[in-house]
Amino acid sequence: MAADGWSWFPVLAAGVSLFKCLFISSYRSTDFEVHRNWLAITHSLPVSRWYHENSSEWTLDYPPLFAWFEFGLSHVARHFDGDMLLLHKQNYASPPTVLFQRLSVIVTDGVFILATRECCRCVQTQKASQKAVLSQPPFILAVLLLWNFGLFIVDHIHFQYNGFLFGFLLLSVAKHLQAQHLQGALLFAVLLNLKHIYLYVAPAYGVYLLRSYCFTESSTDGGIRWRSFSLLRLLALGSVVMAVCGLSFGPFIVMGQLPQVLSRLFPFKRGLCHAYWAPNAWALYNALDKVLATVGVRLKLLKEAELPQASMTGGLVQEFQHSVLPSVSPSVTLVCTLLSILPALASIWRRPRGARGFLRCLLLCALGSFMFGWHVHEKAILIAILPLSILAVESREDAGIFLLLSTTGHYSLFPLLFTPTELPIKVCLMLMFSLFSFCALRKLHSGDGSLLHPLEVAYLLGLGMVALFSEVLFPLSPWKQRLPFLPLLATSVYCSVGVSYSFLRLYATLLRSDSKPKQH
Amino acid sequence: MQTWSLISICVLLGVVVRWGVSLNSYSGAGKPPMFGDYEAQRHWQEVTYNLPIREWYFNSTNNDLAYWGLDYPPLTAYHSWLCAYIANIINPEWVKLHKSRGYESPEHKLFMRTTVLVADLLLFIPAVVLYCLYLTDGSSKKKVSVLLCILLYPGIILIDYGHFQYNGVSLGLALWGILGLGLGWDALGSIAFSLALNYKQMELYHALPFFCYLLGKCFKAGLMGHGFFLFVRIAAAVVVTFALCWLPFLSDPVQALQVVRRIFPVARGLFEDKVANTWCSLNVLIKIRTLILVFTLLAVLPSSIRVLTRPTFWHFKLALVNSSLGFFLFSYQVHEKSILLAALPVCLLLNDLPFMSVWFLLASTFRYSECFFSLFFYISVAAMVGLSITSVTLDPPSHLPDLFPVLVSTTAYLLFLGTIIHFNILQFSGPPSKKSQKKSN
Repeated sequence: MAADGWSWFPVLAAGVSLFKCLFISSYRSTDFEVHRNWLAITHSLPVSRWYHENSSEWTLDYPPLFAWFEFGLSHVARHFDGDMLLLHKQNYASPPTVLFQRLSVIVTDGVFILATRECCRCVQTQKASQKAVLSQPPFILAVLLLWNFGLFIVDHIHFQYNGFLFGFLLLSVAKHLQAQHLQGALLFAVLLNLKHIYLYVAPAYGVYLLRSYCFTESSTDGGIRWRSFSLLRLLALGSVVMAVCGLSFGPFIVMGQLPQVLSRLFPFKRGLCHAYWAPNAWALYNALDKVLATVGVRLKLLKEAELPQASMTGGLVQEFQHSVLPSVSPSVTLVCTLLSILPALASIWRRPRGARGFLRCLLLCALGSFMFGWHVHEKAILIAILPLSILAVESREDAGIFLLLSTTGHYSLFPLLFTPTELPIKVCLMLMFSLFSFCALRKLHSGDGSLLHPLEVAYLLGLGMVALFSEVLFPLSPWKQRLPFLPLLATSVYCSVGVSYSFLRLYATLLRSDSKPKQH
Repeated sequence: MQTWSLISICVLLGVVVRWGVSLNSYSGAGKPPMFGDYEAQRHWQEVTYNLPIREWYFNSTNNDLAYWGLDYPPLTAYHSWLCAYIANIINPEWVKLHKSRGYESPEHKLFMRTTVLVADLLLFIPAVVLYCLYLTDGSSKKKVSVLLCILLYPGIILIDYGHFQYNGVSLGLALWGILGLGLGWDALGSIAFSLALNYKQMELYHALPFFCYLLGKCFKAGLMGHGFFLFVRIAAAVVVTFALCWLPFLSDPVQALQVVRRIFPVARGLFEDKVANTWCSLNVLIKIRTLILVFTLLAVLPSSIRVLTRPTFWHFKLALVNSSLGFFLFSYQVHEKSILLAALPVCLLLNDLPFMSVWFLLASTFRYSECFFSLFFYISVAAMVGLSITSVTLDPPSHLPDLFPVLVSTTAYLLFLGTIIHFNILQFSGPPSKKSQKKSN
C-alpha cells in the first residue's frame, strides 16, 4: 500500500491552491489594508522609520522579520501596481492590488504545504490492514490540515498570512517529531520573529528542549539525570536562537529603537477583550458580570446610574471596567495564564514523553494562553486546532477532543465573515470539513463505541441551534435593532463552554499519562 | 468512508465552487445601454411581472422587443415571473416597469445569483446525483468520482454563475428526462424532456435522439401490442405537457404564432459572435440555407437512425452526443453556449469513455473560457494551452485584431469535428460492450 506512493498529495495541494483562487474577489477585512500599508511602509521608508511611522492607524506591530518579509513582497508588488506602495493611498484596492495580495497568500501557503507533507511523514500508516488510501492516517491528516476550514476563511477571505506562519510552526513540530531538534528550534525562533503571538507556546519549547535535548539521557524511572547535561547542546541551541533574534532585532538595537519596537509589539492599551469576545474564560467572566449587573439592577441592589456605560459589547476596542465583578488587568491575565500552563510544563519536565508529550504540552500552552490571555483574538484558536490534528489521527481519545474543539473553534470564527454574500461559502465549507473530519476519524478509529460522548453530541447539536439563530432567525427578528450584539454574545459564550471543556479534557490526557511512565 | 458522506461532500464542493465563481462579475456589468444576459433576465422579470400574459411576446410601448425581448419558450417566462414575484417582495425597485432598466446593485446581484443556485439545487444537482447513483456502473468510489467530475465541469459553472444564465434548469430537466428513460419510466422521462424543451428551444438538439429512441422502443415492443400502448402513453404525456405550458397562448392563434416567431427568429444572422462552427471557419457569408440543412441532417441523421433500430440506453447516450454536436457544428444560427448541450451527454459517458470524455470537456471549456483548465497531455491539449496563453498575454498584430479568437474557434472546431467523427464511429462499430447490454430495456 505504501509503495504506490504519495500521488494523492500533489493532487490535494494543487486542488486546494486552485480552489483558493476562486475567492480572490470575495470579502476582505481591514487586515487587507493593514498589509498593504505595511508594504508601503517597508518599501517607501528607510528602516529607521519603519516602527515610527504612524500616519495610518495600521501601524507596524509585528516583529522585524515580518517587516523584512513585507519588504521582499513589495518588490514583487511593484510589477502589479506601483500605486499600492504609496504611503498616502489609504484603502487603495485596485484589481491588480487585490490580485497581488491574494496571490501572495496563496503562494506563501507553499510553506504550509511543505509542513503538512513533513507532518504526514511522521504519522504512521496502518500496516496491518489493506485499507484504501482514503482511510490512511497520512491522507486524513493532509486533508485536515490543507483543507482546514478555519485557516481557509481567515487567510483567503478575511485576509491574513497564517498559512505561511503555521507552516513554520508545523514544520518545527515535525522536525521535533523526527528528532531533529536544532532545526526545530531554528524554525521556531524564526517563527517568533515573524509573529510574536507564538510566545504563547514558547514555554513548551523551552522546557522540552531543556529537559529532553540538553539532558541527553533520562534515568530508568523517567526522572532527570543531572549528570547527562550537555553544555554543548545548550550552547548550540542558544546560539541558534540568538543568531535569529540578532538578525531580526539587531538593526533596531543598533539604532536604539528597541523600546519603540517593543511598545509597538505589545500594546497593552487595548482592552481585555477584542471587539468580538474570543470564546475564552474572560468571555464567560464578562457574561457573568453582565448577568449579575442586570440581576442586581432588577433586584434594586445596584443603581443603574452607578454602573459604567455598557459598551463592552460594542464594536470598539477600549479599556473597560467591569460592573460587579473585580476588573481584570494585564498582570492578572498573565498570572492566570502561567498558573494554567504550569502543571503541563512541570509534567513534561518530570516525565518527558518524547516529542508527542511535547506536542501535547504545546497544545496546552496554546489553549491556556487562549483561555486566560489579554486581548486574545478568536483566530488564535487555530494554534490549538492545527497541531491537534496530528494527535487526532493517532489516538482515539484525541480524535474525540479534536472533533469537539475543531467544530466549536471553527464555528466561533463565523462572525469574522458577516456579509450575506459569504454566508453560503462559510456554511458549505464548514459542513464539508465537519462531515469529513467526523466520518474519516470515525472510520479510522473504528472500535467499540463512538468517538463522542452523548453529552458532547448534544452540545454540538446545540451549536447548530446557535448557528441557526444567529445567521437566520435573528436578522429577521425585531430584536435586531435593540440588541445588535446578541448573536455575538451567544456565539462567544456558547463556544467558550466547548473550548474550556476541551482544555480540561486535554489536560486530563496529559496528566493521566504522567502517572504511567512510558518511554517513546 | 460511507457513500452518502462522500456524495454530500462532493455536492457541497460543487455548490461552493459555483458560489465562488458567482462572486465575480456578470455579463454586461456596468455597460449601458444594452448591458448583457444578466440585464436580459432582469428585464424579463420586469416584463412578466408587470404586464399581462398576452403582452409578453408582443411589441408595445410597455414592452420594447428590441431591448432584450423574450425569445425563449413560455416556461422561461413563468420562471421569470416567479423570480420577479419574490424580487418584488424584497425590493420593488428591482422590477419596476421602465424605471428598473439597467438596475445594478450588490443586493440585486446577490438575489439573482441566488436564483441560479436555487434552480440548480432543485433541478440539476439532484438529477446528477441520481444519475451517478443509479445509472453508473462500478464501485461506489467510481460513482463518486463521476459525480465529482460532472459537478465540477467548468463549462456550465462559468456560463451559469459567471456570465449569467439558467442552463442548469433546461439541462437539469433534460437530465431528468434521460434518467427517466434510463430507469424505464418512459412517460415520466418524456414529460421531463418536454418541460426542458419548453424552457429552452435549444434542447431541440437532443430531441431527435429522444424521439428515435422512444420510437425504436415502441417498434421493438411490437406496434400491434405493447408498443402501441407505449406510443400512445408517451404521445399523450408529451401533448398534455405542451398544452399545459402553452395554455395561456392557445386561446388565440395570433398569440401562439407570435411566440413561435420570437423563439425561432430566422431573421437573425448566420452566426453569433465567433463560434467554432463550420460556417465561421469557412468564413462563408452567403446564406446557403438548403446546404446548411443538408449538412446538418447528414451530421445527425445517421446516429439517430441507428438508435431507432437499436434502442438501447448506450446507443441513446451516444446519439445524444452526436446529435447535439452535429447541430452545434453545422446548423444555422448557433450560440457558442450551445456546446453545453453536447457537454452534458458527454458527461454521462465519463464512466464508459473516460479519456475521450475528459478530453472533450476540456476542449469545450477551453473554447468558452480561453484558458484555465488544461492538462499537459497530447498535442491537442498542448495546442489549446499554447493558444490560450498567447491570446491572454500577447497582443495580436494590429492588422489582424481578431486573430486569436478566430484561431481559437478554428482549433476548437477541428477538435469538435474529430469528436463527432469518433463518436459516430463508436456508435456504428461492433457490438456494444457487455456492461451496457445490461442497460437495454
